[in-house]
Order: sequence, then structure tokens, then C-alpha cells
Amino acid sequence: MSIQATHITKTFGAYTALAGVDLHVPQGKLVALLGPSGSGKTTLLRIIAGLEHPDAGSARIAFHGQDVTHVPAGKRGVGFVFQHYALFRHMTVAENIAFGLNVRSRKERPSKAAIAARVQELLKLIQLEQLGSRYPSQLSGGQRQRVALARALAVEPKVLLLDEPFGALDAQVRKELRRWLRQFQREIGITTIFVTHDQEEALELADEVVVMNQARIEQVGTPQEVYDHPATPFVYQFLGSVNKLQLPWRGLPSEGSSIPFSDPKATVAFVRPHDLDIARFSIGLEGEVATVKSIHSAGALARITCQRGLGEEYIEVETSRQRLEELRLIPEDNVLLRVRKGRTFTEDYTI
Amino acid sequence: MASTASSLTSTRSSGALPRATQDSAWVRWSLITVALGFVGFFLVLPLAAVFTEALRRGVGAYFDSFADPDARSAIRLTLLTAAISVPANLVFGVAAAWCVSKFAFRGKSLLITLIDLPFAVSPVISGLIYVLIFGAQGWFGSWLIDHDIKIIFAVPGIVLATTFVTFPFIARELIPLMQAQGTDEEYAAITLGASGWQTFWRVTLPNIKWGLFYGVILCNARAMGEFGAVSVVSGHIRGETNTLPLHVEILYNEYSFVGAFAVASLLALLAIATLVLKSFIEWRHAQVRGAAH
Repeated sequence: MSIQATHITKTFGAYTALAGVDLHVPQGKLVALLGPSGSGKTTLLRIIAGLEHPDAGSARIAFHGQDVTHVPAGKRGVGFVFQHYALFRHMTVAENIAFGLNVRSRKERPSKAAIAARVQELLKLIQLEQLGSRYPSQLSGGQRQRVALARALAVEPKVLLLDEPFGALDAQVRKELRRWLRQFQREIGITTIFVTHDQEEALELADEVVVMNQARIEQVGTPQEVYDHPATPFVYQFLGSVNKLQLPWRGLPSEGSSIPFSDPKATVAFVRPHDLDIARFSIGLEGEVATVKSIHSAGALARITCQRGLGEEYIEVETSRQRLEELRLIPEDNVLLRVRKGRTFTEDYTI
Repeated sequence: MASTASSLTSTRSSGALPRATQDSAWVRWSLITVALGFVGFFLVLPLAAVFTEALRRGVGAYFDSFADPDARSAIRLTLLTAAISVPANLVFGVAAAWCVSKFAFRGKSLLITLIDLPFAVSPVISGLIYVLIFGAQGWFGSWLIDHDIKIIFAVPGIVLATTFVTFPFIARELIPLMQAQGTDEEYAAITLGASGWQTFWRVTLPNIKWGLFYGVILCNARAMGEFGAVSVVSGHIRGETNTLPLHVEILYNEYSFVGAFAVASLLALLAIATLVLKSFIEWRHAQVRGAAH
């Protein structure tokens, strides 16, 4: 089921959470709403779920072309997983999962046996078959998360909405659960939107990333697109680390660069740390002169922090460990930096 | 640092581990004595006095006090008043707490303040309000007389005054609890297709049941023990509009000390039972909470 949200505006008193947002989510896709806190992403998710109402006006929510703007949350056919799971603390895991079926009117409610069978099926799906009689308080964070998901899926929603699904989990569990969710979503093919402030999570998991900032959508695209071709300085800075270089930048970009810094009006350039070449200073070589300030080589890549010229501008460079060994750099060495790839902007944006 | 710590230990003869926050034995014991003396004088002594006085002429005289028809009538009226005002406040309290803690609306803080009003005014004023509204010279006085409805100096007035005075107990107990629990579980229930009514019965109510129970027993204790407001509206008609606390006063003023203290001992027993129940609920609640974290 596709989701179409049009002209969504939401204000809380004087605060604008969403300023005329449009979003289209195609059938069966896994979409990430990515942005810093206060960007409006959770509000948008809750509006799609029907838990909040957009400000009156031309706002419209449609599921598969069908207008659901005025349909209450319980009738929209959405499964919602809350950031802190919101499991019913006085019910067992099995009772939690069965809740959505048990509250149906007598005519629509499956038989007791059918409900029990469905619960077993879902427990198996989330790999918690043995824990049906436990209470939420007796489960770990990752287990609670999966129970919340099973509870949402029990009513066979057409859309799955997850608010910061991995926010409260530790790194290891988060990785496992992420992989599991990805695989699971592909298998059942349910249209899914999740909210996150973690760019790595969004890039790794989503088919499409919607980058939000200050109540607006900055860019929509595949992870590759938004990472490689950020549309705005905000997206550049929010997705991955980036150097903001004040122009003019001495020396030409390295060979093979696709974007030369030729725009005379541009005042700043955004360049990713791995899009900078570093070489020892020598006469005759082109490049911006910088001084090595610190070197971090714990990890797959070496990260070198350089000070540009005599100014206060610090530049991060990422290079292979092998390259670092070849260069045999130590702090206070002079180096030349060349840009391989980057993008210029005329205005000086700040996050 | 280490030398300071060791010198502190050496000066302490008890051999207990040194504690940074422990005062000398002299200070500790004098504070404990003052505290115990205070509790004994203001709490234990009066309670003991009630039972001693009540049993002064033996168990027979004690039980005879309850055989008196006026005493029986006072007990009945007190039970009736509590039986009406506690359920009424249960409904109002839950509704008010639900409204305040689960919804955002204009005038919410005004409502919270209003809920506290009965705590803020003197009970005598609470009673007087009803006399001014429903009394013979009050706003609706002549209309009520015309229709032969008696509120002041009758049972309805006593119930009204008691309900007013005990109004905040349940709401006050529930509001912080429900605010702390937030609205996520209710929202979850709604997205799963539950109606508002189902959400309340299946999700909200089970989560607040211990807090609610606690509020109910406190409310009940006050409803049975209220003196000031009820005194104003009751008219002290023996066998008709006297509740237990009012009956105690009458007996005492008539120098019927054993009777007065015997009836008072009932209220004291109610207080003790309330406290035991309250401790039990707190203990249960702590257990449930402990299991939930």
C-alpha cells in the first residue's frame, strides 16, 4: 500500500513542527525519515498514523489513493511501534500480542483458538516462542522491541510505522535487530516508514531516505543518492562527516575530479574527508598547505586532522593505513591537500 | 585522604565502618529521643487515651455504648454518607485525572487548581457554602421550601458537604501517577483498534488500580471522619443527622465520657485499619513497580 501525504502543516502554539510537507512512499518500500531532533520527523509519522492531526487546510493523507485524512487511527490499518515500545505492562507477552484481535467486535473477532494460533505464529516469527507467558518487565530491550512489532503485526496492518525503533538498544542488539527487520520487511513486503536520527541506520536499512530539517524535507533519495549528491549544505553536514572549506582554495582539484571549484561566487565548499588527497609538502606540487595536528589510526582508515595555513580552520582527511605508512607523517609535518571531489555553495549555511 | 580516614576510624570505638555522614553518638541519640518523644506525645498518647477511657468501666460498658439507638443511627448515617460520597468521588476523581493527565486543553492548570480547592479552604467554610446556597435564606432556599425538599440540616446536605471535602483525594492520587505513565500505552491501544472505552478498561484502569485503591481508602477515612463541614450543615438532630464525629462531640459535652470515647474508638480503629491497608497497598505497589523495572 502506497502512502501519500500532501501539504502537511502542524503547529504547536507558536512552534512549527511541519511546514507544508509532501511525502510519497511507494508500495512495499522501507523508508527512513532522517533528521535531527526537532526536525518534525516523529510528528509526520504520528500524523500518518492518525495519532496527531495536521492543521486544517489542504492537508491530505492517502493510503493507496484512498483519502484517510479523517479516518481515526484505529481504522487506518497501520501498525505503530513506539519508541519506548509502550507494551501493556500488566499483560503477558501473549496477551500483548493478542490485544488487537481481542478488542475487535464479536462479529470480526477470530475464535479463541484462532487468536492463540496467531499469537504462536507471531511468537515464532519474532523468535520468542518460549516467552509468551512472561511480562514485558522480564524481557530485555531487544525482546520488548520484537514483542511490540509482533503486537503491531497481529492485526495485519497494511502499513508499518516505527518511531526510533532502535533508539533505546545497545549497539550489538541494534545491529542484529536492524538486519532482522530488513530481512523481515523484504519477506512480507509491507510498506514501512521508520524514524531515526542515526544516519548510519538510515543509510544501511532504507530503500529511500527522507532527510528532514526544521519542519521541512531537505532531500529524498536512495541512500546512495543522498550520500553522494547531497542537495543542500544541511544534508552534506548531516550525512557523514564533511569538511567545510572556505574558498578560495589554492590549487586545483586532483585529477579526475568531477566538480572543479570554478564558481566564482561560491564562498564555501563541502568535501568529505575521504575525498581529500594528502601528500608531503614539496615545491612544485599543487595543493593547499596545511600542518598535521593529530593522527588517529585505530580502525580501518587513518584519520588525520590538519590545520589549514596559519588560520583556525581544521580539516579532517581520511586515507588508507597503507598510504599513511608510506607518508610516514608525524604531527607538525607540512602537507599539501588536494580536493578530489566536493561541492560549492554560495551561502554560508550552518546547522 | 587516607590518613584522615584512618584517624576517623580510630576515634570511633564502635568498630563500625566510618561513614562520612554520621554524627556523633550524642547528637544521634538526642535527635532520636526528641523524635520519639514527639511521636509518643502527639500520636501514641492520644490513641492510648481513647482506648483507656473507652474501656474505663469495663468491656460491658464499652459495648453498651453501641447499643444506644442514637449511636447506632450515627454509625448508619456515617456508613451511608461514605457509601455515597466515596463512589461519587471515585467516578469524579478518575474522570478528572484522566482528563488532566491524558489530554492537553486550555484551562488545564485552572482545573488542577480547582481540584485542590476543598483542601485549601477551611472545612467550616465548605459547610457554610452549602448553607448559603441551599439554606432557608440561601439562593435556592425558598424554591426548595416550596417544593418541600430538605437539603440543609438533613442527609443530602451531609452527603454534599462530605463529597466536597473529600473530592481531591482520589484525583490528587491519580494525576501524578497517570502523568508519569504517559499516554503511549493508550495510543498503542488505539492504533490496535481499541475504542476509547476499551482503552480505558483494558489499559488505563489496570495500570492505576493500586493508586486508585489507595485514593479510595484515604477518601473513605476522611469521609467517615469529617467534622467541620458536616457540623455546619447537619443541625445536630439526634438519631437523624448526627454522624459519628458529631455524636462523639455531643456525648462528650454531656459528660458521657465512656460513650464518647467508645464511639471515638471506632473512628480510631478505622484510622488504624486505613493505615494498615495503606501500608499494604504501598508494599504491593512497590512490588509491582519493582517487577516492572
